[in-house]
Amino acid sequence: MGSVGAKEVPTLLTPDGRRIDGRRLDELRPLSITAGALNQADGSAFVEWGMNKVMAAVYGPREVHPRHLQENNKAIVQCRYNMAAFSVDERKRPGLDRRSQEISKVIAEAFESVIFVEEFPRTSIDVYIEVLQANAGTRCAGVVAASVALADAGIPMVDLLPSVAVGKVAGSIALDLKKEEDNFGEADLPMAMVPQSGRLVLLQMEGHMNREELGQALDLGVQGCRQIHEKMKGALRERYAPSSANPQEANA
Amino acid sequence: MSDEVRAEILTTHILDLAKSGRRIDGRGLDDWRTVTVEPGYVTTADGSALVRIGDTAALCGIKLEPGKPFPDTPNAGVLTTNAELIPLSSPSFEPGPPHPRAIEVSRVVDRAIRAAETIDLTRLCVTPGEKCWTCFVDIHVLDHAGNIIDTASLAALSALTHAIVPAKRFGLAEADYALEIQHRPVECTFVRLGDAIVADPLVDEEKACQGRLTVATDEVGRVVAMQKGLIGAFSPDDVKDIVERAFKHGDRLRSLAAGA
Repeated sequence: MGSVGAKEVPTLLTPDGRRIDGRRLDELRPLSITAGALNQADGSAFVEWGMNKVMAAVYGPREVHPRHLQENNKAIVQCRYNMAAFSVDERKRPGLDRRSQEISKVIAEAFESVIFVEEFPRTSIDVYIEVLQANAGTRCAGVVAASVALADAGIPMVDLLPSVAVGKVAGSIALDLKKEEDNFGEADLPMAMVPQSGRLVLLQMEGHMNREELGQALDLGVQGCRQIHEKMKGALRERYAPSSANPQEANA
Repeated sequence: MSDEVRAEILTTHILDLAKSGRRIDGRGLDDWRTVTVEPGYVTTADGSALVRIGDTAALCGIKLEPGKPFPDTPNAGVLTTNAELIPLSSPSFEPGPPHPRAIEVSRVVDRAIRAAETIDLTRLCVTPGEKCWTCFVDIHVLDHAGNIIDTASLAALSALTHAIVPAKRFGLAEADYALEIQHRPVECTFVRLGDAIVADPLVDEEKACQGRLTVATDEVGRVVAMQKGLIGAFSPDDVKDIVERAFKHGDRLRSLAAGA
């Protein structure tokens, strides 16, 4: 999208339904999740998803800064989604641009929808997402990492929050777009789903789809989220399952 | 009575009413407040519109100035959208750097305009890589009584629809000409109140809600942008239902933006 440029459009979909990296339309990129990737944070996770590398840390519940944001009947959830200057092809100016601020807002709202915030009045649960290497779908990778980090921090939640982007590529609805597909595709629809209820707590869309395509995209996203949910549970089991965990590490 | 207690009572009241299909201002769940569009409100702008949805008001002004294309889009003009939630419009808005909520409004309005290809940006290119028109879409929210996104988005579309490219003033043509509009995106926002999903929310309904969903549609049957916001969730079926409702309302609002 936004490709009012001179760049040549690569072949995004072969006649036999293969995508630019050989995937089928309903196939995810390789995803690996490591729970507990950092030492100082209360909870953390590292996600490698396709060519994305995203780190997440959770601090809290802790005192609210700045103080006036404090709420008497619940915890607030604050999120900072940030992209490293070197995470994209052309150096990005460091700090939060407007895109990052918008993404931080919708991610914070998504997590506040699943965390039992009433249990921690007057506190803040701070979620930090750092995109180290970007290749489309970084907000979804960030949500997956942050959700595992929240679980790692022992924050009580309704459920984990798998997240994926669905898009429209060369006229077809495709799961988990990579960069070329995002840049030259016709639509992008990131979502995050509560597996238990099947409801969406994060949903954005840009591009163009008709109603049928949109319905199809939602269904494909739900299916993608279910697969990602399994991987998230796997990452937490890996860290905490008594059979495989090193006790020292588990207590760290 | 503390504000917190009052807010809680009001929230309970709003949710109770919604159960029986009613709202605090007497509207039905799918009813909009009265919408008025006043194009050409500001004569110093190249295009403008004052839009009111009930007691909510937003003023959009368009300015077109010669500029330089972005290096990665040498053949296209530049479009920038900015929404200001100025402190005069609500006790909850403060002076200072833009709040994330203002950034969200700007970006969601911008997303719809851009994704719908409302204006053909290549037509705003004067000399590839050298010179182009920069189209500034600036929106001031003047009175916040709920549903800022739709008010701002309709103001932006109306102002663009009536914009004149000041080519003569900048010596780029013999005469000024109307900005050409290709598509007409309109955003429609809904909030969940318990099991009910209501259109065009009031401030108190936004405070009481369990999730907000904005859907932008255009006149050729495309969904061009969506944004879920606030705390809460929607099932995929809710989303599909909201999309249908957004098309229905969108067509009506589009005719208002074009009118007058």
